[in-house]
Amino acid sequence: MEERKEFQNYTINFGPQHPAAHGVLRLLLELDGEVVERADPHIGLLHRGTEKLLEHKTYLQGVPYFDRLDYMSMMSEEHTWVLAVEKLMGIEAPPRAQYIRVIFAELTRMLNHLLFLGAHGLDVGAMTMFIYTFREREVIFDMYEAVCGARMHAAYFRPGGVARDLPEGLEEKIREFTEDFPSKLDEYEVLLTNNRIWKQRLVDVGIVTEQEALDWGFVGPMLRGSGVAYDLRKAEPYDAYDKVDFDIPVGKNGDCYDRYLVRIEELRQSCRIILQSLDQMEEGPVKYDDFKLSVPYQKDQETGMESLIHHFKHFSSGFDVPAGEIYLATESPKGEFGVYIVSTGGAKPYRVKIRAAGFNHLQATKHMLPGLMLTDVTTVIGTIDIVFGEIDR
Amino acid sequence: MSEILQTILPIVHSFGGDLFGPMLWPLVWTVVKIMLLLAPVLLMVTYITLAERKIIGAMQVRPGPNRAGLFGILLPLADAVKLMCKETILPKHADLKVFFLAPALTLVPALMTWAVVPFSPDLIVADINVAILYIMAISSLGAYGVLMAGWASNSRYAFLGAMRSASQMISYEVSMGFTLIPVIMLTGSLSLIDVVEAQKDVWNVVPLLPMFVIYFISVVAETNRAPFDLPEAEAELVAGFITEYSAMSSGVFFMGEYANIVMVSFLGALMFLGGWLPPLEILSFIPGLIWLGIKAGFLMFVFLWLRATFPRYRYDQLMRLGWKVFLPVSLFWIFLTGLTLHLFGMA
Repeated sequence: MEERKEFQNYTINFGPQHPAAHGVLRLLLELDGEVVERADPHIGLLHRGTEKLLEHKTYLQGVPYFDRLDYMSMMSEEHTWVLAVEKLMGIEAPPRAQYIRVIFAELTRMLNHLLFLGAHGLDVGAMTMFIYTFREREVIFDMYEAVCGARMHAAYFRPGGVARDLPEGLEEKIREFTEDFPSKLDEYEVLLTNNRIWKQRLVDVGIVTEQEALDWGFVGPMLRGSGVAYDLRKAEPYDAYDKVDFDIPVGKNGDCYDRYLVRIEELRQSCRIILQSLDQMEEGPVKYDDFKLSVPYQKDQETGMESLIHHFKHFSSGFDVPAGEIYLATESPKGEFGVYIVSTGGAKPYRVKIRAAGFNHLQATKHMLPGLMLTDVTTVIGTIDIVFGEIDR
Repeated sequence: MSEILQTILPIVHSFGGDLFGPMLWPLVWTVVKIMLLLAPVLLMVTYITLAERKIIGAMQVRPGPNRAGLFGILLPLADAVKLMCKETILPKHADLKVFFLAPALTLVPALMTWAVVPFSPDLIVADINVAILYIMAISSLGAYGVLMAGWASNSRYAFLGAMRSASQMISYEVSMGFTLIPVIMLTGSLSLIDVVEAQKDVWNVVPLLPMFVIYFISVVAETNRAPFDLPEAEAELVAGFITEYSAMSSGVFFMGEYANIVMVSFLGALMFLGGWLPPLEILSFIPGLIWLGIKAGFLMFVFLWLRATFPRYRYDQLMRLGWKVFLPVSLFWIFLTGLTLHLFGMA
C-alpha cells in the first residue's frame, strides 16, 4: 500500500439539505478537525426570477411578489415597493394610511425578530425558545389575517395607501398585544440573556468590527451590532416615522451576542413605535383620493359607476406611471431593503432591481467563519438571520 | 416484601429442581431472573420516551402526544411498530458487519449493567462484591458502539459525531469515576447493597453534595444528553453518529441511550440518595422499591428538564469543563474525604 504523506482537509457540504442550513443555503466548509479553514457560501437554489417577472406585471400586481421575497418579513418588503411607486408617481398616502403602514411594518419587524430569536435559539440548542416565540408570532399572524385575509402573504400595502381600513376592534387588539409584549420579552431574556451557556456560545463569536461591517456592506441589525447607529427610519424617514419617537440600539463588540441584544431591544422599540402610532392615528381616508391612481373603496364599487370603471381599469390594464428612475430603500427587519425602478411610462416597469439586505451578510460568512469551530457555524448563520427568498430573489 | 420472597422462593426452587433436574435448574433460574429484570427495565425505557415528550411538551406550553390511546400511553407501542415496519436503508459504502454490530454494542452493555443493580436488599440478579467496578467497566464499552457506528457509516457527519462522542464519553467517564470514589471510601465496600446500607443515618448527598452535582452533570454528558448532546447535535451534525441509521437500527441506539439514562438515574439514587431507604423513619411503611423509584424518577425528570431549558455546549467548552473544572474539584474532594476519614479515625 502506498504511504500517504499529505493529509487532506475535511470538506463537508453544509446544506442545502441540512436541518440547520436555514432554507437552501449550501455552504462548503473545509475543516481542520473541528475548526473551519474556509467557508464558501453558494447561492441560487431558490432563484425564482422575481426581477424579470416584475417587468411583465403592472405595479399593483407587483406587490405580492414582494411578500414572497423575504418570506419572514412580508409587509416590510411591500412597503419598499409601494413607497418607490408612490414616489415615482409623485403622490403621498393619506396620514391614516401612513400610520397603518408604520404599525404593520413594525409588527412585521416583530414577526421577523421573533423568528430570528427562535431559530437562533434552536441553532444554539435552546429548543424551547422556538416554541415560545411561535406562540407570539401566532397572535401577529392573526392580525395579518384580520386586516387582509391572509396569514403570511398579505398584499395589504398598495401604492397610495393600504388595501382597506383596519377592521373594527383591531386597534384595541394591537394595543393590548404591544402593551403586554415587553413582559413576554422579559420571559425570553430570563431563558437566554444571562444564561451561562448561551453567553459562552455567543460572546466573542463572529466578531465584525465597525470598519469591517462597513467594508462588507452590512446593514440593519448586523451593522448596528457592530456599533454604527445607522437606521433608515431615522436617516431618511418615510411615512410616519418622523412623527414617532424611538431609539436606535447599537452594539459594542460586534459579536453574535451584541447582535442578539440589538434585536431584543429593537423588539422593545417596535412596541414603542406601535403604541405611539396608535395614539397619534386619526380617522380618515386610507387611500390616495385620485382613484385613477389607487383602487377605489369596495363599498363605492357596489354603488358607483365611476368606481366600477376605475376598478376595472386597475385590474385589467393598471395605472400609468410617468417615465423616470428611482431608488428607494426602507429599513426592513434585516436591514436596508431597496428597490430600483426604471420606468419608460406605461403600466409596467421597464426594469426592476432589488437590493436584498441578506445578500451582503451571506457573503461575509467567508470572512466571519474561518477560525471558528464547526459548532459556531450554526451560530453565525443564525445571527445573520438569513432568508434565501430575498437573497436568490 | 422479603417475607413473601422467603416463602415463595423455596417452593419455586424445589419445583424447578424437580422439573429440570439439579444440573439444569440453576441455569434456567438465572434466565428467569434476567427476564424478570429486563422486562420492567425495557418497559421503563420505552415509557421514558413518552414521558420525555409529555414533560417537554408541558414545559413548552403544548399538549404533547395525545392521540395513541388515552393521553398517548400507547405511543411507545405505535413507535415500535413504526420502526419495525420501516425499511432499513443501507449506505452504499458502509462496512455492513460493523454497521450492524454497532447498535447492538450500544444496547447490550446498557442492559448488562442492570445485573448488579439492587432494587432492595433481596431483589438483585447478581450481588457481586465489585458491583461498582463492574458498572464502570461495562458502561465504558458503550463508547465502542458509538465509535464503530461513526466509522462504519462512512459518512462525514457520522464520523465527526463519533469522534466527538468518543472523546466526550471517555473524558466524562473519568470524572464520573472520580465522583464515585468518595462514596466507596465512605462505605468501604464496592457492593451496591453495602453502599445503600451505609447511608442509614445520613445520605451520601449531604456530605458529598459537590460530588453529587458533578456526578449528575458527568452522566448527562456521558449519556450524550442535552446540553451536552454534541455527538448528535442536530444543528450542525444532522444526527451525528446516527445519521446513516434508519428504522429499528436507529431505534436500538435510542433504546441504548434511554437504558443508560434510566441506569445512571438508578445508580445516582443508590449511590447518593440512599437507594430504597425512606427519608424519614416514619415513612418506612412505604415499600423501599417505591422510594427508589421516586428518587430515580426525579433524576430522570431532571434529565428532561435540562433538555428543555439549556442551549448546547460547544465541543471545546465541554472538554474544558470536564478536564479543567470537574477533574480537579473531584480529586480535591477525594483528598478531603480521605483526610477527614483519617483525622476522625473512621477509615
